[in-house]
Amino acid sequence: MSLQTPISKVRGLGSAKSGTHHWWMQKIAAVALVPLTIWFVASIVQMTQADYFTVKAWLSSPVSAILMLMFLVVGLYHLRLGLQAIVEDYIHSEGPKVFLQFTILFGCTIIAVASIFSVLKIAL
Amino acid sequence: MTTIKRPTSPHLQIYKWGPHMALSILHRASGVALGGGTLLLAWWLIALAAGPDEYAQFQTCMSSIFGKIILLGFTLALMLHLSNGIRHLFWDMGRGLDVITTARTNILVFLGTVVLTALAWVIGYGLI
Repeated sequence: MSLQTPISKVRGLGSAKSGTHHWWMQKIAAVALVPLTIWFVASIVQMTQADYFTVKAWLSSPVSAILMLMFLVVGLYHLRLGLQAIVEDYIHSEGPKVFLQFTILFGCTIIAVASIFSVLKIAL
Repeated sequence: MTTIKRPTSPHLQIYKWGPHMALSILHRASGVALGGGTLLLAWWLIALAAGPDEYAQFQTCMSSIFGKIILLGFTLALMLHLSNGIRHLFWDMGRGLDVITTARTNILVFLGTVVLTALAWVIGYGLI
């Protein structure tokens, strides 16, 4: 006789394997992105006419750099989750599906690392 | 194996096209467009980290007509995804899911997109 409860026997064995985790993470990122996006747009509209030194001075301040890093990390995480869901919904053949999921994950990671490195190079 | 012809649930083409459907697919489309926008953001940050010459090159590209069109598209996609995304968060809390409220928030999302984009461009390019 097993001491496992019926729910623990079947947990994780459904077709989705992981329940609502993906959806929940997407929502948490979305909530964080609302104020971050408003900050981003409000800041960037002041930088359209600014020269190199003004923009660099702005992004060198700790507040701007920290908020930009958070915008990048949360935004690209949210992007990866969203694009992943689109591929799961519309692409059904195994080869292209796996290829696109790799491309999305690698692409978002490369953009994130390159952007974060640039912000740190400017701010530090 | 015998296949039984079971009744199937109606798919997209059976329904009358409306603003709610347009916003639904535009939310995804703008999300994908914003993926392209992150490339622009990365380019901006890399150019800024690289030095004055690279930054000037970025500025030249973005001040051209082609650059401005891309930036306008980026702003529109961002504002649509933000406005409709906020509505999605309310839906997730079970609020505003009825037909009448959805019809009203459709208009709010479209208005929000246009007004916020116009506001960003008016401030950004000193049009006032």
